[in-house]
Amino acid sequence: MKIKGRVHVYARDHINTDEIIPARYLTSDDPAYLGQHVMEDLDPDFPRKVQPGDIIVAGKNFGTGSSREHAVWALKAAGVEMVIAESFANIFYRNAINNGFLIVELPNAPQYFETGDEVEVDLTAGWLKNLRTGEEATFTPLPEFAIKVREAGGYLEYLKASEQQ
Amino acid sequence: MGMTLAEKILAHKVGRDRVRPGELLEVPVDWVLAHEITTPAAIKMLEARDMDRVWNPERVVAVPDHTVPAKDIASAKLYQRLREWVQRHGIKHWYEVGRGGIAHTVFEASGLPAPGEVVVSGDSHTPNAGALGTFATGIGSTDLAGAIYAGKIWLRVPETLRIELKGRLNPGVYAKDIILEVIRRIGDDGARGMAMEWGGEGMATLSMEERFTLTNMAVEAGGMTGVIAADEVTQAYLREKGTPEERWHCFQPDPDAEYAQVVEVDLSQLEPVVAFPNRPGNGKPISEAVGIRIDQAYLGSCTNGRISDLRVAANILKGRQVAPWVRMIIVPATQEIYKQALREGLLEIFVEAGATVSYPSCGACLGMHTGVLGPNDVCISSTNRNFTGRMGHPTAQIYLASPAVVAASAVTGYITDPRTLESATEEAA
Repeated sequence: MKIKGRVHVYARDHINTDEIIPARYLTSDDPAYLGQHVMEDLDPDFPRKVQPGDIIVAGKNFGTGSSREHAVWALKAAGVEMVIAESFANIFYRNAINNGFLIVELPNAPQYFETGDEVEVDLTAGWLKNLRTGEEATFTPLPEFAIKVREAGGYLEYLKASEQQ
Repeated sequence: MGMTLAEKILAHKVGRDRVRPGELLEVPVDWVLAHEITTPAAIKMLEARDMDRVWNPERVVAVPDHTVPAKDIASAKLYQRLREWVQRHGIKHWYEVGRGGIAHTVFEASGLPAPGEVVVSGDSHTPNAGALGTFATGIGSTDLAGAIYAGKIWLRVPETLRIELKGRLNPGVYAKDIILEVIRRIGDDGARGMAMEWGGEGMATLSMEERFTLTNMAVEAGGMTGVIAADEVTQAYLREKGTPEERWHCFQPDPDAEYAQVVEVDLSQLEPVVAFPNRPGNGKPISEAVGIRIDQAYLGSCTNGRISDLRVAANILKGRQVAPWVRMIIVPATQEIYKQALREGLLEIFVEAGATVSYPSCGACLGMHTGVLGPNDVCISSTNRNFTGRMGHPTAQIYLASPAVVAASAVTGYITDPRTLESATEEAA
């Protein structure tokens, strides 16, 4: 599976779910509404800048903090296709997999990119390329379980199908 | 090679002799803890997929806590969606406003969880219950829906980071200082995806209430869970709460268990720690924080809103006044704690000191209500996170500390070492 997209680089560790979607919006679980406020405590302009198919690049422990799946829903609804980070917090990682939201763990991820670069990612092969610089990198592809969940359309679809077998 | 405590619990749950870190398991859960922010979304997902069932209504504990009583119409609707589902499925354990409080704190004292059980909740502070020797972990709404539907979750067996405690805390130093010090040392992702197993000879000196504070904040170090093997202190607590003994599985880690890392903490050497903005791992000795002027002092949350925390604060506030420019907000974590504080005269001490006592809820800890911070406000807080915007406006500054530091700072109006206030660190009655 290959994906191409334009990157937004936030070269910071520990970007947390309060920053991705602040608690003041948690009285809603409407993805479209959440998407309008995605990342706004980190970068107030992000909801206006983000375009469908864009990719976020960040440092270590992306998605740390609150378990709120609203963070994944907000990113998806805003059109973010994927997050490439040095590492992901445990619950965010689960939430991403359960929603079929694409994540790539890449050591030193921010050093490969500048905001605005276009990247091509081959998720099955575990390979990516910065199309501006030509620089390439490899990463560990998503586990088989995560791909099955994505193919099923999400964890609940996967669960339901596995129970009916 | 032996097994860690988390590995033993998981192996027992899946009916195996042993499990190894990295293995993907389907783990049966014993308890699902449900609140009104993340559960309604899970219910909606199940309904939309014609999966609206509850695998075991006797094993779901529903406690609205984030914005109760409702702060606005949107939160009132979330509460209604949770309550309607609870009634429709005959969920056995429902804690109504006025009889509940913060879900984790209600649950820990409910007599429901037993050592060796697996607990999940759509809330990152679920590892709180790990102090009872459970494997307790926070999950998102989809996982929550799956657990409600099927009574199981997928997880990778975590590696374990062991924290070995020795010695005894000095007066004026508390469990909060231990966990802030550990996160400072290992970093905000120091236990990322791991089980944090607490033990060592120093554990025997810590009460159950202190232990909950330790496992509660596992997620602030990135931990999947925090666990403490059940000992005599645990067993006395379980008997007091009426947890049936036949359900206890008091596993102990093997002496030759394999740990990803071992961290040693000498409790007798600890000083009060203050986590500076904007990371829980940004802890510094209190001497570096003394003198920072505050606007708000917040005492509450699932981390530090227990009766022992209120006693510590009352001991400091008794006969003193909150500084004229400070708002002090005190939130007993549950109705039972509120009632106990009332009986002990603590609430009167707080009110006489000029503090506001609020009703049990998550409150201002996550900036939803009852004490939301404005632009550039400075808050000393007994809660668990000081992220940008966590308690309100993104420019507000949050310092995390023990209840004693919070109370002492409220009195002087500046971050204050409680050991410098006369009689502040005497044993609370």
